[in-house]
Amino acid sequence: MVRPGSLQGWLGLCLLGVLVVPWLRQGLESTMTGHMLVQIPLLVLAGVLMGGSLPASVRRGLSPWNRFGLTGLLLAVFTLVYWMLPRSLDLALESGLAELAKFISLPLLAGLPLRLSWPTLGCIGRGVVWSQLVAKLAVMGWLYLEAPVRVCTRYLVSDQEQVGRALLFLALGVGVALTLRAFLAVHPQAQAALGQGSLKGQGV
Amino acid sequence: MRTLIALCLLGALGVGLLHAATDGFRALTSETARRLAVAAEARPVPDVGVRDQSGAVLSLGETDGRLRVVNFIYTRCPDVCLALGDALQQLQRDLPAERLGRDVLLLSISFDPAHDSPERMAAYARWFRAGEGWRVLRPEDAEGLDALLETFGVVVIPDGQGGFEHNAALHLVDREGRLVHITDLEDVAGMRARLEGLW
Repeated sequence: MVRPGSLQGWLGLCLLGVLVVPWLRQGLESTMTGHMLVQIPLLVLAGVLMGGSLPASVRRGLSPWNRFGLTGLLLAVFTLVYWMLPRSLDLALESGLAELAKFISLPLLAGLPLRLSWPTLGCIGRGVVWSQLVAKLAVMGWLYLEAPVRVCTRYLVSDQEQVGRALLFLALGVGVALTLRAFLAVHPQAQAALGQGSLKGQGV
Repeated sequence: MRTLIALCLLGALGVGLLHAATDGFRALTSETARRLAVAAEARPVPDVGVRDQSGAVLSLGETDGRLRVVNFIYTRCPDVCLALGDALQQLQRDLPAERLGRDVLLLSISFDPAHDSPERMAAYARWFRAGEGWRVLRPEDAEGLDALLETFGVVVIPDGQGGFEHNAALHLVDREGRLVHITDLEDVAGMRARLEGLW
C-alpha cells in the first residue's frame, strides 16, 4: 500500500518534472506574472509535497535543530526574499546557472522546510506568517503598480502592472479568507483539538 | 540550544547572501546593479562599425579622444526615447558651444537598424535640432549591435506592438573609450558636472 506521505512525495517530484519541461518553463517565464505568481509558487508547492514523504527518522533527526519550526521558517524566508528581488528574476532569465539554482532552491530550501516547520509552529507563529504574507503581498502589489521605473529589465511595464494588480487581489483574497476563517469557520476549541491531533501525527 | 545555533548560523549566512546579491543592499534591480558595476570598474566599449545620419560609415573608435554622452534609442519610439532626446537637447544647450564637437560628443545610437535608415536618423536629428556635436548612429551589423548592448547593459525587448521597451539612461564614455558612468536621463545637471570635471 502506498503511504499518503510517499504519494505526496511522488506528486511533488512529478510537479517539479513538469515545471522543468522547456516549453512550459519558457511559457511561464515569458511573462512576469507567469514567472512570479505561477512558476515560483508551484516550485515551492513541489517542495511542500516532497516534504510530506520525508521518513520519520529524518524528521526526528532534524527536529532538535528546528524547535518551534523557527529554523525552517527562517530558511524559507531567506530563500523567498532572494527570489522576490527583481534582479534575481532577471538573472534567472540570463543565466542557466541561476535558473538551475532557482529550480533547486525553491523546492528544497523554501517548500520543504515550510512543510517541516508548519506543524510545529504555534498558533501565534502561524498568525504572524499569514499576516506578514498579506502585508507583503499588498505592499509589493502597490509598489509594482506605482513604481516609476521598470523593476525588471526583461519584462514590460504593462506586465509589471499586471503583477501589481494580481498581488493586490491576492492580498485581498488571502486577507478575506483568513478573516472569515478566524471569525466564522471553526470554533477555537475545536481548532485547538485539531491542532493537537496534527502535532501527534507528526510525532512531536 | 541546537535550534539557537542553527538560527544564528542561518541568519548570518542568509544576511550575507542577501548582502552579496544586492551589492551591499544597494541594488535590488539589475538596472541599479549595472550602474554600480560600471562605477566600480570602467568597461572598454567595443570598436564597432557604425553609420551616421548623413550615411557616412565610420567606426566608434574614431570618436575616441573626446568625451561622449551616449543614449540608446529607436526613432519610432513614442515615449522614453523622446525624453532621452530632450535630455541630450538640454545638454547641447547647456554645454559651452566651443566644447561641443571638440571635447564632447553627444551620440544617439539606434538599436533598430532594420527601420532606422540614415534618412530617419537625419529626421530624428532635425526634430531635436541636433548640431555638429550630436550624432545619430546605428551599428552596421547585428554582431556590433549585440556587442554594444552587452557592454552597456542595455536590454531591448519587443513591446508586442511593433516597438520596444528598453532601459533608458545617459551613459558617459571617457576619452579612452571606456564606459565610466551611467545616470538617469533626468540627471542632465549631474552629467554636465561630470563632463566639466573631465575636460
